Amino acid sequence: MSIIEIKNLTKKFEVEGHVITALDGVSLSIEKGDVFGIIGMSGAGKSTLVRSINYLEKPSEGVVLIDGVNLEDLSEKELRKERSRIGMIFQNFNLLEQKNVIDNVCFPLEIAGVKKKDARVRARELLRLVNLEDKEKSYPSQLSGGQKQRVAIARALSTNPQILLCDEATSALDPQTTGSILSLLREINEKFGITIVIITHQMSVVTEVCKKVAIIDSGRLVEEGEVEKIFTNPQSDAAKELISGREIRYTPLESLDTGRKIRIVFRENSAYEPVIANTILKMQAPLNILRADTRNVNGKAVGEMILGLPEGEELQNSIIDHIKEAGLTVTEVTEE
Amino acid sequence: MNAQVIQMLLEGIRDTLYMTFGSVIIGYILGLPLGILLFVSNDKGLKPNKVIYRVCDFIINIIRSIPFLILLILLIPFTRLVVGQSYGSTATIVPLVICAAPYIARVVESSLNDVDTGVIEAAKSMGASNMQIIFKVLLVEARTSLMTGFTITTGLLLGYSAMSGTVGGGGLGDIAVRYGYYRWQTDIMIVTVVLLIVIFQIIQNVGTGISMKSDKRKR
Repeated sequence: MSIIEIKNLTKKFEVEGHVITALDGVSLSIEKGDVFGIIGMSGAGKSTLVRSINYLEKPSEGVVLIDGVNLEDLSEKELRKERSRIGMIFQNFNLLEQKNVIDNVCFPLEIAGVKKKDARVRARELLRLVNLEDKEKSYPSQLSGGQKQRVAIARALSTNPQILLCDEATSALDPQTTGSILSLLREINEKFGITIVIITHQMSVVTEVCKKVAIIDSGRLVEEGEVEKIFTNPQSDAAKELISGREIRYTPLESLDTGRKIRIVFRENSAYEPVIANTILKMQAPLNILRADTRNVNGKAVGEMILGLPEGEELQNSIIDHIKEAGLTVTEVTEE
Repeated sequence: MNAQVIQMLLEGIRDTLYMTFGSVIIGYILGLPLGILLFVSNDKGLKPNKVIYRVCDFIINIIRSIPFLILLILLIPFTRLVVGQSYGSTATIVPLVICAAPYIARVVESSLNDVDTGVIEAAKSMGASNMQIIFKVLLVEARTSLMTGFTITTGLLLGYSAMSGTVGGGGLGDIAVRYGYYRWQTDIMIVTVVLLIVIFQIIQNVGTGISMKSDKRKR
């Protein structure tokens, strides 16, 4: 049974008389122990989706089942109890500014009515986990962004949750700090088997830690599956844009006006063979490398390249066939 | 200045402090819950309730738009009902409280509005009840701003308590009016004014000091 089951979730907001549909019939199931990414552009509805998982946002239609329990059936009190089993971290950390680090970590336990002494013991354990045991008495304003997020993670874990929701948790951090937070999340997942749901607009976050990903576009779920599969062979426009969106901003493909273009993706097995050089030698035709990048997808290096093909459809097709034979994934890059 | 005058001034200081702190404390007993109620019932509050918000909002605005001196006179029958007489320091506390409570409610509401909504959301995500959010999050996170508000309110009430001297309220204001205005004894009036200034400065500095010291947001 999935730990999180979302069925046909729709959320409508009324803003100044207009009805805005933030989520439109989203169905999703997340297995226990998964690291699940939900990615989309800003305004796609992913924040609303993650807030539906702990019912901070009540859906207009559809159901959310946590461990088979429909949140709609719970009383206000039961719902609060359920929420304490779902940890959450945020883009802006949301620490209590007037409390020191250890009191912040103890806070969910205080709410749950745990004795102060026991709470402190648990909090120290967690501060050791996030490598902040020496910052116990510091106040949030004395910490860096990465340290604040570590405190927030320790706080979210204090009540021993089954699920950890991360709402753009690394969006306010620099790339290096993002990396360290993501490896901490991975460690937590592996050590405690906590199911982690990561909301982000950065594909790099998803490829770094997530096993599975769902892509949200304008409130709809457009694609879902293994990260590796979607990264290699994206089907939806939103997925394609998210995967290569970063580069598009720097060198718009349209401006590289060289005729037919293809995107090739190679993995470890094909990285040993000089595929491009071989192709050029065999076809006796030039290939224009427009862009090349290597990424870490779940710990595996995955290379991506955009190639400009020479004139002549027959030649182009045989080049594509040759590359495919070498075991690479080829997709046409279409111009808008 | 003879011993009699000094005795009178000391009593004036005592009455002024009694009126100021008496009214600020009772004012907060009424105004603090009212301010919390405004915040909670507001459109984006923890438990939005248009009717409650609008009724409180309306009453507060009406009382706040009446000048204190007029309120003082308007409330004479009510004051007599509550404390049995309409003059003297204890009687002055009644209109001071009626004037202060709505003001305090507004100050509290605005302090609570400044609390980061993200922190409230985080508390909700941990399973905090509304009561826990009010007492463990809002009042704690807003305490610096609440204390600043308390200091400002106390200063305001010090001034108003002096104003009530014109209708026999007692305290330093009363002395200033009786001696300075009716008997042309300028020296006594100046002394009372200086005393009021000193008391105000002490209140302001102590209040600011405490709220600065309690603030953990600075590096």
